[in-house]
Amino acid sequence: MTTTGSSGARWENPKAVNEALGGVGYLADEGIAAVVFLADRLGKPVLVEGPAGTGKTQLAKSVAEMTGSRLIRLQCYEGLDESKALYEWNYKKQLLRIQAEQVTQEGETWQELEEDIFSEPFLMPRPLLEAIRSTDPVVLLIDEVDRVEVETEALLLEVLSDYQVSVPEMGTVKAAQIPLVFLTSNNTRELSEALKRRCLFLHLDYPTVEREREIVLTKVPDIEESLADQVVRTVKLIRALELKKAPSVSETLDWARTLVLLGVAHLDTATAKSTLNVLLKYRSDIERAAKELVAAEG
Amino acid sequence: MTSTQPGTRAAELVLGGGLFSTFAEFVEELRAAGVPVSTTEVLDATEALRHLPLEDRQALKLGLAASLVKEEGHWRTFEMLFELFFSLQGRGSGDLSALAAGELTAGDGEGMSARELAELAYQALMDGDPELMAALARGAVDRFAGMEPGRPVGESYYVFKTLRQLEADALLARLLGAAQEVGGLEGMNLAQDYRARYERMRDEVEAEVRRRLVADRGAKVVARALRRPLPEDVDFMHLGKEELATLQRTVQPLARKLAVHLARKRRHRDEGRLDFRATMRRSLSFGGAPADPRFKAPHRSKPELWVLADISGSVAAFARFTLQLVYALSSQFSRTRAWAFIDGIDEVTDLLKGADDISEAVRSINTQADVIWAEGHSDYGHALADFAQRWGRELTSRTTVLVLGDARNNYHSVQPWAMAEIALRSRHVWWLNPEPRAYWDTGDSVLAQYGAHCSGVSECRNLRQLRHFIEQLP
Repeated sequence: MTTTGSSGARWENPKAVNEALGGVGYLADEGIAAVVFLADRLGKPVLVEGPAGTGKTQLAKSVAEMTGSRLIRLQCYEGLDESKALYEWNYKKQLLRIQAEQVTQEGETWQELEEDIFSEPFLMPRPLLEAIRSTDPVVLLIDEVDRVEVETEALLLEVLSDYQVSVPEMGTVKAAQIPLVFLTSNNTRELSEALKRRCLFLHLDYPTVEREREIVLTKVPDIEESLADQVVRTVKLIRALELKKAPSVSETLDWARTLVLLGVAHLDTATAKSTLNVLLKYRSDIERAAKELVAAEG
Repeated sequence: MTSTQPGTRAAELVLGGGLFSTFAEFVEELRAAGVPVSTTEVLDATEALRHLPLEDRQALKLGLAASLVKEEGHWRTFEMLFELFFSLQGRGSGDLSALAAGELTAGDGEGMSARELAELAYQALMDGDPELMAALARGAVDRFAGMEPGRPVGESYYVFKTLRQLEADALLARLLGAAQEVGGLEGMNLAQDYRARYERMRDEVEAEVRRRLVADRGAKVVARALRRPLPEDVDFMHLGKEELATLQRTVQPLARKLAVHLARKRRHRDEGRLDFRATMRRSLSFGGAPADPRFKAPHRSKPELWVLADISGSVAAFARFTLQLVYALSSQFSRTRAWAFIDGIDEVTDLLKGADDISEAVRSINTQADVIWAEGHSDYGHALADFAQRWGRELTSRTTVLVLGDARNNYHSVQPWAMAEIALRSRHVWWLNPEPRAYWDTGDSVLAQYGAHCSGVSECRNLRQLRHFIEQLP
């Protein structure tokens, strides 16, 4: 299936991927590294699923950065269609071309004209076509793919399985090289079997305590190790509650930064309670977490 | 861990053809467990096997999972089978336990009493030393499980026996007690850590028992014995306590899907009407040709979801699930209202919104909701009639009504007119029944009489069916 292009073998093994990702400031775990490694070797897109704020989009960005590729992003939304995802004819330019024809009155047949206005210069490539046609290395990020309707999802299938786009007026555009493709999903809708089948699947959950501690230590350089440890363990405790919106990794970082700014050396219940609003965004969630913390005081 | 070189070990596996036949058996078991694995995915996984470093079990596991398992809920099944077929099988049965025994004996002498072993386990859990914990688990199985080759005894028996002899419950209690003494935030964090470590040791014990069973009977036989239905196939009526707790995690995303589905503002086909003024204005840039027609934004309606849930004893397990669903829905979808009924009916929207978590919600509904009218046995006729009279006027064409129950009416008066009126005033009425289809309309079930007025009646005995119901909603 994946015979064209220069895919594959960028890395020796998953460990090398892990190190490379670390090099651009993305602390991966073994699962992420193994899947990115396979995506590269097999030339298959990766479907990344998981709660909001676990670094799904960031993963694609980091992979682009570490491979020195251009990131092409297709943000999905309800009502996304071909003309926004694949390509569109620049009808204004086409119209001008036809009007110019009337003015100059040169002897050109309709067929010639038609061939002319349905050619490269009148085509406006949208993200998918752009990624396919690109000759320099690209990473294609199809963000929040669960937002499009099932019917629109089918648009992606040709691109994802054969790395080609069919433009009826022009023929099929094949990929010059196989791009690394990441699709992210917040799981608000069941994706079609066909789409899942074509992708490698990666479930990104909240990081383990150890990994999140590493992340905090890397991103908040001034923090004491003991405070970082307390922060991530407390965040884990809060995530275990039933909340409207559990704290994401970036919210953990915000909280850690806040505590450092406040000059906190040791996290106690009172400090935690008074700064919860950095970590949680719903009033009911804050109250819920505060209650839990107070219960600990006994 | 293994004494052979990684490379030769890999070659051994491939050359012997062992890997591929193991892989084929593994896929067969995955499918038998209900995980949908297509041929394409098998080919991908085979391809993945060629690229992944075979000596790195963790990478191998995660890489295979990426090509074979496309749903988070199937991960546990995959992991268990992977361990059976790839990690536990083929490891020289002696080497690990010898290593473990070596580690244990080196420091602490052979003749440790059960008490000393338990004490060592306590220390290991306190310090969270993973290697010591693993070695201990192996030692404990060796000593306490009393496994004999060929005995047809299940895995859980050995695990239970080992943990009991190790006095695992007392261990956990001691750890939690120690955490409590620390108190405050740190105490809570410690309790959390201890629980995680305890779970981990349990898993180690389980893995060790499995390893020995695999060595004795082969992975296939053990896999068959350990086969459990996937989370989405577990019948709501037969849910255990633990399963109910884990259900919450699965119900939450489903509720969100349902909410999103209902809240989807607009589909392609209902584009608004032509906006003549805007179209004319646009046409000026094309020499008067209306090349770019403009449309008015369609009117957006805000859908509402009303849920009526039977919480009587006959559907107790289902009722618990129902309340989980309703609770999840009301946190996802602000325009959700909920009612609970047995023979009387009461609105529980505020009880759900005010509760901190599902257990509190269930408690407050059981204690505060006024759902018993006469005798406390389901009476759909009375409950629905009461509902139609008290709240029927608030139903609008934007309201979707979801009824959850088995329609077992205890031979009371059916009063189908109430359902007819509810259906007439609302946009859709969907009925979800936790009973197998074959039992509908037998005995005191009067589903057909209500179902006639509904937009649809679906069997909803497990998550798979619930998901299917959500998918097919218009």
